Amino acid sequence: MSEFTAIRVLWKRELLRFVRAKSRIAGSLGMPLFFLLFLGTGLNSAFSGTTGNYMEFIAPGIIGMVLMFSSVSSGMIVIMDRQFGFLKEILVAPISRLSIVAGKIFGGATTSILQAAIIMALMPFLGVSFNLSGMLAAFAFMVLISTAFVGLGIAIASKMEDMHGFQLVMNFLVMPLFFLSGALFPLNNLPGWLKVLTLIDPLTYGIDGMRGALTGSSAMPFWVDFGVLALFCGAMFALGAWLFTKKNS
Amino acid sequence: MKYAIETDKLTKKYGELTAVDALSLRIRRGEIFGLLGPNGAGKTTLISMLCTILEPTSGKAKVNGFDISAEQSSVRKNIGIVFQDPSLDDELTAWENLDIHGALYGLSPQDRKARAESSLKTVELYDKKDELVKHYSGGMKRRLEIARGLMHAPAVLFLDEPTIGLDPQTRRHIWDSVKKMNREKKVTVILTTHYIDEADALCGRVAIVDRGKIVACGAPSKLKKKGESLEEVFLRLTGNEIREEKGSSTQTMRARMRAWNK
Repeated sequence: MSEFTAIRVLWKRELLRFVRAKSRIAGSLGMPLFFLLFLGTGLNSAFSGTTGNYMEFIAPGIIGMVLMFSSVSSGMIVIMDRQFGFLKEILVAPISRLSIVAGKIFGGATTSILQAAIIMALMPFLGVSFNLSGMLAAFAFMVLISTAFVGLGIAIASKMEDMHGFQLVMNFLVMPLFFLSGALFPLNNLPGWLKVLTLIDPLTYGIDGMRGALTGSSAMPFWVDFGVLALFCGAMFALGAWLFTKKNS
Repeated sequence: MKYAIETDKLTKKYGELTAVDALSLRIRRGEIFGLLGPNGAGKTTLISMLCTILEPTSGKAKVNGFDISAEQSSVRKNIGIVFQDPSLDDELTAWENLDIHGALYGLSPQDRKARAESSLKTVELYDKKDELVKHYSGGMKRRLEIARGLMHAPAVLFLDEPTIGLDPQTRRHIWDSVKKMNREKKVTVILTTHYIDEADALCGRVAIVDRGKIVACGAPSKLKKKGESLEEVFLRLTGNEIREEKGSSTQTMRARMRAWNK
C-alpha cells in the first residue's frame, strides 16, 4: 500500500516539474514542428507521384521522435536528481528501489505522452488529421514506446557519473535509432544492410504500429509490431530497474 | 534496548583507503551526540552507513535496535536525516517537498497535512510554504530540510553539518529547534559540525573522530583539561595540519555550477 502511494507521489512529482517548466515544453515542441512543417511540406512534392502524402506519412514518425527523445531525456534526469541531492532523499526513504524506478518510469512516460499529445493536437493545422479509433490504437503504442525509452534512459543514467555524456547518448544512440526507424522513409525497397538495421531498431515497430493505426498502412502486421515492442518495453523496464538498483544499493 | 546507536567494529574501505576503521560506538536514547573531526575523518561515511545508503565493508551496527544490513527498511522508518549537501527538490514548493516526504514514509494524507503544518511552524516557514524552494535562501532551505527530517517523527535524527555557511542568527535558530525536538519528543540527535563551541554547548557527549577511528569520547567537560576549550582539545588530538578531502563528483559539479552562475 505504501509502495503504491510512493509510486503515485513520485509520478506526481514528475508531472508537477513538467508543468512548471513551460520553456522546456515549448523548446521540445520546436524540432518536431519544424520537421513536420519544413521537411513535411518540402518533401511532399517529391512524394507526390506515389500513393498518399508525405506529411501524413511522417506524422507518426514525428510522434515517435517526440516520445523517444523526451523519454530518454527524462530517464537520464536521474543523474540530475543525484547531483542535486534529491535522489538521496528518496533513497533513504522506506520504499523499495523498484517503486522508485516505477514512479520515475510512469512519470517520464506520462510527460512524454503529454508532449506527443500536444504535437498531435497541432497536426490538424498542418493538414494532417486522424480519426479517433486510430488515435486510441496508437495510444497503446505510445505507452509502450515511452515506457521502454524512459527505462533505457534510467539504465544509461545508472552507468554515467554526470550529464557530460548526455549529448553522446543523444547523437550516437537516439539520433540513429530515430533515423533507422522508418520515421522519415518507407521500409520497403531499402538496400539490404539498411533493411537489417531498421529491423534491429525497436522504434521501427513502434512507428510502424502507430502508422498502421493512424493511417491504415503499415509495413508489418499489427501483432508483430505490438509483440516486438511489448517485449522490448518489458526488457527495458527490467534493465532500468536492475541497473538502478545495482547502482544504488 | 537503551541504545539508539550501537556499532561493532564498523568498517568502510574504498580500495586502499579506510574511511571508517573498526569503529565501535554506543549512543544512548535521548542523547544529543556530536561527531567532531577534521575533513575526511570519516564522519559522513559513518552516517551514510548508519542510514543505510552505504554498505559497510565489515562490522555491524544497529540503529534503534535494527540491523543496518539485515533490516534496512525498519532502520529507514526510524531515522530522519539532514544531509551535508542539499537534498530538496528546488522546482517544487516547500509544501510539496514535505508532502512527498510524508507519502514516502507512509503517512496518510491527513497526517501529512497536519505534520507538514506543525513542522513548518517549528522552523518558522509556514507563511512561505507555497513558495518554490529555488527562491529560498540557504538558511531557509536548511530549516526546511530539518522540518522534513522531523516530519515523520523519527526516533533518531542525523544532522550532517546542518549549520554550515549560515549566519549566527540562523544557526542559533536551528540549534534551538533541535534542542526543542530533543526535549519534547525525546528524539536522539547525532550531529556533525565544525563549530566546536556550538557542539560544546549543545551536546551531552561528543566523539572526536580522526582517520576513521574515535580518538576521544565523552562529555565535553570531561575531555577538557583545565582551562582548555573544546576546540583546543580537538586540535590537541587531531593535530594542526590541514586535511585534504577528495571531492566527490557531486561536489565538483556543484562547484562548477556555482562558477557558471556567477
